[in-house]
Formats: sequence, C-alpha cells, structure tokens
Amino acid sequence: MAAHAPTTGHTLETNTGLDNRKLLMWLFLASDCLFFGSFIAAYLLYRDRNVVGPYQDELYDIPFTSISSFVLLMSSLTMVLALAAIQRGNMRAMRIWLVATALLGISFLAGQAFEFTEFYDHGLSLETNLFGTTFFVLTGFHGAHVAVGVLILLSLVHASAIGKLTEKDSLAVEIGGLYWHFVDIVWIVIFTLVYLIQPG
Amino acid sequence: MAVTTAGALTHGQSESYSGLWSWLTTVDHKRIGIMYGVTSFIFFLLGGIEALLIRIQLAGPNQTFLDQDQYNRIFTMHGTTMVFLVVMPMSSAFFNLLVPLMIGARDVAFPRLNAFSYWVFLAGGIFMNVSFFTGGNIFDGEIGAPDGGWFGYAPLTLNEYSAGDGINYWLLGLQILGIASLAGGLNFAVTILNMRAPGMSLLRMPVFVWMTLVTSFLLIFAMPVIAVALFQLMFDRLFDANFFNPAAGGSPLLWQHMFWLFGHPEVYILILPAMGIVSEVLPVFSRKPLFGYPFVVFSGVAIGFMSWGVWAHHMYTTGLGTVANSAFGIATILIAVPTGVKIFNWLATMWGGAISLTTPMLFAIGFISMFTIGGLTGVTHSMVPSDYQQQDTYYIVAHFHQVLFGGAIFGLFAGMYYWIPKFSGRLLNETLGKVHFWLMFIGFNLTFQPMMILGMLGMPRRIASYPEDYGWDIWNGIATGGAFLIALGVLVFIINFIMHLRTGAKAGDDPWDARTLEWSIPSPPPHYNFAQVPQVHSVDDWWHTKYVEDPQGRPVPIPAGAAVATHDDGHHGDDEHDIHMPNPSFYPLLAALGLPLIAFGLLYSYPLVAVGALILVVGLYGWVYEPASD
Repeated sequence: MAAHAPTTGHTLETNTGLDNRKLLMWLFLASDCLFFGSFIAAYLLYRDRNVVGPYQDELYDIPFTSISSFVLLMSSLTMVLALAAIQRGNMRAMRIWLVATALLGISFLAGQAFEFTEFYDHGLSLETNLFGTTFFVLTGFHGAHVAVGVLILLSLVHASAIGKLTEKDSLAVEIGGLYWHFVDIVWIVIFTLVYLIQPG
Repeated sequence: MAVTTAGALTHGQSESYSGLWSWLTTVDHKRIGIMYGVTSFIFFLLGGIEALLIRIQLAGPNQTFLDQDQYNRIFTMHGTTMVFLVVMPMSSAFFNLLVPLMIGARDVAFPRLNAFSYWVFLAGGIFMNVSFFTGGNIFDGEIGAPDGGWFGYAPLTLNEYSAGDGINYWLLGLQILGIASLAGGLNFAVTILNMRAPGMSLLRMPVFVWMTLVTSFLLIFAMPVIAVALFQLMFDRLFDANFFNPAAGGSPLLWQHMFWLFGHPEVYILILPAMGIVSEVLPVFSRKPLFGYPFVVFSGVAIGFMSWGVWAHHMYTTGLGTVANSAFGIATILIAVPTGVKIFNWLATMWGGAISLTTPMLFAIGFISMFTIGGLTGVTHSMVPSDYQQQDTYYIVAHFHQVLFGGAIFGLFAGMYYWIPKFSGRLLNETLGKVHFWLMFIGFNLTFQPMMILGMLGMPRRIASYPEDYGWDIWNGIATGGAFLIALGVLVFIINFIMHLRTGAKAGDDPWDARTLEWSIPSPPPHYNFAQVPQVHSVDDWWHTKYVEDPQGRPVPIPAGAAVATHDDGHHGDDEHDIHMPNPSFYPLLAALGLPLIAFGLLYSYPLVAVGALILVVGLYGWVYEPASD
C-alpha cells in the first residue's frame, strides 16, 4: 500500500489514526471481497455442469485475455505513479498519470467488449448454458467496477483541473487508488480461476 | 476534497432548524434516528395488520377470509416487512440516536452518508409495498405482492412458478434496502472505530455500542452475499439466465446456501442490538454495574464470528449428508454457549440489585425470559433428528417469533421507554406503559406458545387453511385471540406516545439516574450534542462522576459541584459558537431517489433506468463537490 498522505492539517485526529474516509474504503473493499467471492463460487460450482455448449475451451482466447490482463495490471503501476506525483506536489504529472491509468482501464474494457461480442457471435449468451450465465454476470460486474473506477479517475482529473483538488488532497487520490488496485487484484483472481484453470 | 466536520457556525445553522425542508436536508444523527424510528414503526403497524389478517384466516378450520394466493402474498409481506422494514431499521434508529452520544461524538463519521442510508431505506420500503397494487384491482382482492416467502427459495421463485411482478418487486426492493444497510454498517463501523471521545478505549464503550459494532461488521459482510443471490435471481427472472434453472444443470440448493449464508448472520443482526439495549437497561434499574462486562462483550463478538458457521442448520432436510449435518449441528449447539453466557450475566446483574420495575425494566426482563425460551427451542432443532420432525411445522414459526418478537421487539420496546425521554424531553406514562407491557406479554404468550403445540401436533407452516378434527382448532383460536391482545398493547403504546408529547412530565437530563454519557447532556440534546467533548476514565463514566463506592461496594453520591471538578479535567469547553457542525444537504435525498427509478425502469421501461442512474450520479457529484464546510 502506498505511504500515508503527508500531514497537511487536513486529516482529523481519529482513534485508529486512519482517516475516516480511508477506513471507509478499506471496509467497503472487505465487503466487496464477499461480493466477488460469491459470484466466483457460483462460477466454480457450475463450471463442469453445462448440459449444452459452447464450453469454456471452445471460446477462451488465453493469449488475448493475457494481454488485456497485462494492460490492467500496468494501470496499477501508473496509479502508483499518480499518487507519488501528488505527494511530491506535482499536479501536472499526477493528471498525466491519472489519465494514463484511465486510458489503460478503458483499453481493458474495450478488450472485454470485444471478448463478449466474440463469445456472443459464437453462440454464448446469458440464456445458453451455465457457463454463459455465470461467466457474463461475473466478468460483467467486474467490468462495471472498472468502469466506475475510470469514472473516479476522470473525476479526480477534472477536480484537479478546476482547482477543487489541490496538493493537500493526496488522500483523495490515495483512496481512489485503493479502489483501483482492489479491482485489479480481483481480476488476477478471476483470470486465474476462471480462465487459466479450466474444466478437465 | 470534502472535510467531514468543519462547517457552519451553530448559530447560523439554528436559523434553518425547523420546517419540512430542514428535515429533508438534515444530516443530524438524532433527526435521522427519529425518522428511522417513526418510519419503521409505521411499517411495524403495516406488518402487524398483515399478521392479524393471517391470524383471522387461521382462527378456525376451513376459513375463506383469504384465498390461498392472497394468503401466500400476505405472509410473504409480513415476514419481509418485519425483518427488513421493522427490526433492522428500528435497530438503526437506536444506532443513530445513541452511538454518537454514547461515545462522546458530535455526529457520525459520515453525516451525509447517514442521511443517504435513511432515504434509501425509505425508498426501498415504499417500493416493496407498491407491489400490492400491481396485481389488478386491489379493492377486488387482486393483490400483487410477492408470494415466495421472506426467504424467496429459488427455483420456486423463478418466472415459471411465480409469474407476475411480485417477486421482482421483492428482489429489487431488498436490493435497495441492502444498499441502505451496507452504507449504515460502514458508517457506524467507522464511527465507532474512529470517533470515540478521549479516554473511551474499546473496553470502556457501553455494551450497546459494542453490539452496534458487531452488527455493523455482520452487515458489511452479509449484505454482499444476499446482494449476489438477489442479482442471480434478477438475471434469471428478467434476463433469462440459468443460475437456478435445474433444466440447464443449475442447482436448486445454490439459493438456499446463499440465502442462509446471509440469513443466519442476519438473525444476529436482528437480535444483537436488542441484546445491547437490554445490557444498558438492566444495570440502571438494578443499580448495579453490568455483571461480567468483558464476558458480555466477547460473547457478542463470539456470536458474530460463529454466526457464519451455522447456516446449513436451515437445510438439514435437503440431503447434505451426515457429515455436513453433524458439523453444522455441533456449530449450532456451540453458538448457544456465548448466548447462554449473556443470559447468566444479565441474571447476575439483577441478582442482589435494588430493582425498580419500571416499564423499560419490565420489557428487558420480558426479553430475557422470552428470548431464553426461544433460544432453548432453537437448541432443540439444532439436533438433526429432532429437526427432521420439526422442519416446516409451526414449532419453527413459534421458535423464531419467540426470539424475534419475544426477543428483538421486547428489547426494542425496552429501549423506546428508556430513551424516548432523552429525545422528546418528556417521560412516558408509567401506568399506560405497564398496561402495554402486560397486554403484550400475555398476548405474546397466548399467540406463540400454542404454536409450539401446533407444531408438535404436526401442523405445517404456510398453509392457508386446515380441516377440522385435527385437534388444531382450539390452539389456533387461542393464538388469534392473543394476536389481538398484542395489537391492543401496541394501541396503548401509541396513545401513550402521543399523549406524552404534550402532557408528559419533564424528563430532565438524567431521569433514570443512569450510567452512560447520553444522560450527561440536556434532554433533548442540543444539535451539537456535547458543549465540550467529554474525557472518559472508565466504563460507566457518567455514573462514576455521580457516585463513589463505600467499602461494601454500595454507591455513595458525590456532593453536587464536586462531580464537575473531577469530570472537567481542566479540559475547557468550546464556546458554543465555535462548534463546527456539518451543513445540511439535499444531495443524499436526490441520490437516493435514483434507486427506485432504476428499479421501476428494470421492470417497465429501460430508459427510466438511465434517468434513475443519471439522478443518482448527479446526486453523488453534487454531494462530493458541495462544501461539507464553509
């Protein structure tokens, strides 16, 4: 996790020493673990139970999804650089790195849209079988999380551009970063359990 | 960006502290608590009327007051209403009213998020009840509420078996209510972990605050599980997915696992706040400290953890196998241990105390006795072979009403009689209070003890009528009579409440000679709560500013004036005009309005989803960008 925000007089004294908003985000992410955990559990439960195709091994394009996974993971690097920039007081660099993070996130979403379309064209939809049901809903909710993350990133850029977000507010970037890294980590779990480990 | 506390000067805010608009935009935890309380009480009346309709139908054999279809819808709405629209939000009312006062804070950590929770709850409650009007002409008895039971077992709740929009309203309504609960859980966890007054270490917190913390964590971890189950059901019903479709290989047990993985922690979400209330009321009216404070606290925490390992005791008869059934049976028996520890601590608190049988104390004692019966019947169906006999009989109905009405509702009424004077500034009438208690206590036992016998006699749950000659008539008749006695008791409470607002005796700051910080400030409390943030030195700090102990452990009052000196600690009060309170805000209400629009849109017209989402986003952006402070 990134270093604590520099003391700015902005952060209230709390019993735990953690800012209220940061603690809120940590607890929300803990809650979100069970959200994704439940969908992943449903996917794994149903993985081998399809009564009709198309099946996983007919559709997955592992090299393609590996590339889009790599793109998403790189966005965590640019997110860290954005936080480092605002902590140094370099708002311009922060905006550049935030935009870069958002663009990487959008690339990932574009990859997902392409993948969904491909699968659909090969006859997989929500209605087709358990694979379609569990796969689209799980990865769709992950995509929705990424989309919300992109919105948060662009809002930070916008707030900084109109002067609402200043050097003192590195905590806001840090909290946005917590969310973004979490969404990345969830993807690592999904990519491993859903794509790489296939029904035998 | 947003700063959570600094805000308008108090004298500036007090000008806009009355009128409808001030309630719509309030972020004051006390006002939000009052709104939670009033709203959940109205839903309590609605759920109570549904209960009476059920009891009228079952009063005798072969009745036709309701038909089978109407009966299914009424009992579904009764259960759903009482769990999600009454006990949970009424507990939330107490969290809101009391937690900041008990920990010596000026508000919760996120006042606007708190307002958002309330408005989302209200929106979800109204949305859920709109379903009544979707079945055709309601005046011809064509009611359109959900008919799948409060547990909504899929695949029985799929379109194939439950057509119409009833279940859709149920699942979307619960989804909305879940957002309110999750936001509340997050808010109170942060508040309790972060906002305690100087000196208030975790083990100096009142037990009610501890139980709020445990409940908050249960909400944080349980709400996403039910959210996923409801999303799965939604995709199956609205978008033809296959999560619960056996024809596609879907498991009919997945829903049960998901629902009860949420549902059993949910049971403790319902009961722990009431346990916290009782743990505050008993010491005050026994004039003794709570016996074994750390044991009560850690038992509550242990219950919180163990509640995650008992869900399949709802599923013994589904054929999980001997090993699974035994494991869940053992876990269920074990969870009775910390519960029993609490009961013995409450009894030991009263033992040898100078007990005064005020109305709150009567309800607290009623809680202990009725909850104990409920807990013990619970132990009887933790045993797998015993449960095989009891599954789906009235014995189960009797059990969970014994813990949720005899337990939670009695505890909540104890809390109402005890704390309403703090917020209205006036005492409720004790005579009417006692009449209310005895009507409810006798009515409760007449309603639910016969159900134990009915269960033993084999009467199944959820049947809309039954034939004569089964030996069920007399017990059902008694139960129906008891239900009306309960209703009479509630009526007495309403009369008492309305009268006390005008004619109740002034409560003063500390009418019960109580122990916790909320009684150290005026009744009703000023909107900034504490003129000076208190310094806390021990459990029951307020009591220790009033009394010292003699060598026999008896309380000896500290002479007036001396108390102030020990309490003040050289910590000088803030000038009232320097207290920074958060600004009122319209955005939580606006954002909350988006959610039911999204839900209606999913059912009737997708463009409405976009409108709802837009309102939600506009609300959230306005919220983030408006100054929480000036």
